[in-house]
Amino acid sequence: MSVAPLTDSLVRTRPRYGEQVIKGVLVAAAAVSIATTFGIVASLVIPTVEFFREISVVDFLTGTEWTPLFADGKFGVLPLVSGTFVITGIAVAVAIPLGLGAAIYLSEYASARSRRVLKPTLEVLAGIPTVVFGFFALEFVTNVLLRRLFPGIEVFNALSAGLVMGIMIIPMVASLSEDAMAAVPAGLRDGSYALGASKRQTAVKVVIPAALSGIVAAFVLGISRAIGETMIVTIAAGLEPRLVPNPLQGMQTMTSYIAAAGAGDLPTGSIEYQSIFAVGFLLFLITLLMNIGSIRLVRRYRQAYQ
Amino acid sequence: MEQTVFRLDDLRVWYGEYQALLGVSMTIERNQITAFIGPSGCGKSTLLRSFNRMNDLIPGARVEGLLAYHGTDIYGPDIDPIEVRRRIGMVFQKPNVFPKSIYENVAYGPRVNRMKVDLDDVVEECLTRAALWDEVKSDLRKSAYALSGGQQQRLVIARCIAVQPEVILMDEPCASLDPIATTKVEDLMRELAKDYTIVIVTHNMQQAARVSDRTAFFTAELDEAGVRHGRLVEYGATRQIFSAPAQQSTEDYISGRFG
Amino acid sequence: MSVEEDLVGQGTPAADRIFRWLLFIALGIGILTLVVLLATVTIKGAPRLDPALITNMPSLRFPERAGAQSAITGTLWVITFTALFSLPTGILAAVYLEEFARPGGRFQRIVELNIQNLAAVPSIVYGILGLGVFVRALALGQSVVAAALTLALLVLPIVIIATREALRAVPRSIREGSLALGATPWQTTYRQTLPAAIPGIATGVILAVSRAAGEAAPLLMVGAVGFITFNPDGLLAGYTTLPIQIFNWTKDSREEFQVLASAAIVLLLVLLLALNFTAIWIRNRTQKRW
Repeated sequence: MSVAPLTDSLVRTRPRYGEQVIKGVLVAAAAVSIATTFGIVASLVIPTVEFFREISVVDFLTGTEWTPLFADGKFGVLPLVSGTFVITGIAVAVAIPLGLGAAIYLSEYASARSRRVLKPTLEVLAGIPTVVFGFFALEFVTNVLLRRLFPGIEVFNALSAGLVMGIMIIPMVASLSEDAMAAVPAGLRDGSYALGASKRQTAVKVVIPAALSGIVAAFVLGISRAIGETMIVTIAAGLEPRLVPNPLQGMQTMTSYIAAAGAGDLPTGSIEYQSIFAVGFLLFLITLLMNIGSIRLVRRYRQAYQ
Repeated sequence: MEQTVFRLDDLRVWYGEYQALLGVSMTIERNQITAFIGPSGCGKSTLLRSFNRMNDLIPGARVEGLLAYHGTDIYGPDIDPIEVRRRIGMVFQKPNVFPKSIYENVAYGPRVNRMKVDLDDVVEECLTRAALWDEVKSDLRKSAYALSGGQQQRLVIARCIAVQPEVILMDEPCASLDPIATTKVEDLMRELAKDYTIVIVTHNMQQAARVSDRTAFFTAELDEAGVRHGRLVEYGATRQIFSAPAQQSTEDYISGRFG
Repeated sequence: MSVEEDLVGQGTPAADRIFRWLLFIALGIGILTLVVLLATVTIKGAPRLDPALITNMPSLRFPERAGAQSAITGTLWVITFTALFSLPTGILAAVYLEEFARPGGRFQRIVELNIQNLAAVPSIVYGILGLGVFVRALALGQSVVAAALTLALLVLPIVIIATREALRAVPRSIREGSLALGATPWQTTYRQTLPAAIPGIATGVILAVSRAAGEAAPLLMVGAVGFITFNPDGLLAGYTTLPIQIFNWTKDSREEFQVLASAAIVLLLVLLLALNFTAIWIRNRTQKRW
C-alpha cells in the first residue's frame, strides 16, 4: 500500500445530498416542538374566540356563577379560579415549608451516606402517579384522618386534596431548592463557619439568601404545578363550583372542570364544549406566566455566580 | 511530483474578534518532518489545525490569506473540508481512540470513506507500519481502551494512515506519554517520514531537535492594547535553528532563557 | 471569661438543635406519607391481589369477578406506541440541537425555549390539544393512536432533555478524531456519538415510558373513559389504561371497588418499579465496559 497519488480533486462537484437530507430530517424533528406549541395555542385559542363571541370577556372573568350545563347557563369563571387557588394555597402551605426544610436538611446537614438513601426515597415519591395520590386523598386522608378531626367534613373536600397535593409537590420543591443551594460556592459557607457561626446560622443567614432566586423559582414552579394538577382534585375535591371556598367542602377547580367536561361527550361547537377551551386557555396563560417568571429567576441566580 | 506540499502566504487566523495568529508565510516540503516550537499561546496549534480545517469546528474561527495544498487554496469556496481531512490526517495530544475494538478503530476510516480495500489487509498493514501489530495481533477484537497510553497513540497513528493520507499532522503527540513510549513514537515518526509528510507541534525542544528536518519558532506578542497575538519568528533547517539562530528571541527560547 | 466560654460565643445550641430537628421532621413527613400510602394501598388491595385481577375483564355488576385485563393490555398498547412516536422524534431533535445546530442561532434558541415551556405545561392542556386536534380535527376518534400521539407530545421534552445530556457526556475528542479521518458530521454522530450515548438515552426512554404509563388527565380528555371490557386490537380501537381504570373504580362508592382500585394501584406501581429497575439494569450493563 503506497500513499495515494493526488488524482482526485479536493473540489466537490456534487453536494453531499445524503447529509443535507439527514439535516432536513433533524430540523423537522426539532421543529415538532414548535409545532406542538402552535398546536396547543391554536387548539386553545380558536374555540376560545368562538366562545367569546357569545359570552363577553368581562362576564367570563368577573362572573360569580358557573353553571354551563344549565339551560340558561352562566359562565362566570370566578368560582373555578377561587377553587383552584384555595386548593393550591393549601398545597403550597404544605409543600413550601416541608420542601424547603427537606432541602436544607439534605443540602447542609445530611451525611453523604444518608443522602444516598434519602434522596432516592424522595424521588420515589415524585414517581407516584397522581391518580394514586387522588385515591389516597379520598380513601385514607378524608376517611381516616379528617373525619376524625373535623366531624362535619364532606366526603369531597378541598382540605384533603390540598394536603395530598402538597405532599406530591414536595420532591419538586426540595430538589430545585437543593440545586439552588448546591450552587452556592463552598467559600461562602466556609467563611461563615470560620467566623464561628453554627450550621443553622450559616444556612439561614448565608446560604438561603445567596440561593434565594433559585429557591423562589422552585416555589413558583411548585405553585404552577399545583395549579395545573388534575387527578387529585377531580377525585378528592368533587365537582361543585363554589365561589366562597370552605376547605371542609368540595369545590371544582379549573382543571377538574376541564376533565369532567372533556370526558363527557359534548357536541363540537356547542357553547359548553367551547367553555372547556376558554377555561383551558386561562389555565394555560396563568401557568405560562409563572413558568416564564421562574425561568427568569433561574437565569438571574445563575448569572450571579458566573 | 513537486517538493512543496503546503505554501502559506500571509495566513492569519481569527477567533471572532480576536486575532490569534499574525500573518504567516512559509512552505512545507514533502517527506520532511517540520516542527513548530514556541511557548504556550503562540498559535502553533491554531496554525496546525488550519492545515486540515479542524478550526472550522470552533464557532467564530476565521482564516484570511492563503493556505495552498499542492497549489489549491484549501479555504476556497468550492473546497470540501471532508476531502481535505482525508488527505491531511491528524494525531492529537491525548490519544482519542474510539470506544470500539482495535480492529474497528483502524477499519473506521476506510469504512466511512467507502474505500474499496480489503479491511483485514489494511488493518494488518497499518498496525504493522505503526509498530503495533506484534503487540496486538493475538486479539484484534480487544477494546482499544485496554491498551496502554503509548499503544493507544500508535493505534491512532495506524488509524490515521489507514485512509492513505499524504500528510500527518501531530499536535503534541507525546505530551501524555512516558519516556519509553515517547521514544517509540519518535522512531515511528522517522520511519513514517519516508512515505508521509509530517508536521508536528511540540513543547519539547529536544524532541524537535531530535526528530525534525525543519523547525519553525513561534512566539506570542503583546500589542499596544495588551492583547496577545501569535507570530512566526524564524523558520529554517533544524540544525541551523538550534546551532545558529538568526533571531535573538529564538536563541533566548532555545537556550531556556524564557518560555 | 474562660477560653471555653469565649469560644462557645453568641450561638444558642438549643436553637440549633431545634432547627435541625424541624428540618428532619420536614423531610420525615414526606417520607412517612410515602410509606403510609404504600402500606394502606397494599393492605386494602390485598384481598384482590389474585390472578383474576389480571385475567378478568371489568364488571359493573359482579365486582368479585372483575379484573383489569383490558386496562393492562390497554396500558401496554398505549405506552408502546407512545414510545414509538416519541423516541425517534426526541432523539433526532436532541441530535440536531447538540450536534448540528449553530450554537446561539435563532432557530436553536426558539426550539430550546419551546422545549423549556412545554416541559412545564400542565398535562391536562396536552389533553385539550389531543381532544381538539387528534380526536376531533383529525377524526382519529377515542382511539389508541390518539392517546399515543397525545402522550408522545407530553413526554417529548423528557426524551429530548435526557438525550441531550447523554450526548453531552460523550467527550469531544471522539468527535474530533472521527472528523479528522474524513468522516462527515452525520457519520460521526451515527457511528460514534450516538452509540456511546446509549446508556443515557435508554434512561431517558424509561423515564418517558414511566411517565406515560402513569398519566390519566390527558387520557380523560381524549376518551379513555367508558366501560371497556375488551383488549385493543388495532390503532383505531377503543381502550382503557390502568390509571383510568383505577380512576373509574375509585369513583364507585361500593367498597369492593375501592378494594379493586387499591389492587390495581399495586399493579401499576409494580409496573413502574419494573420499568425503573430495567433502566438501572440497562445503565449498568452499557456503562463504559471499554
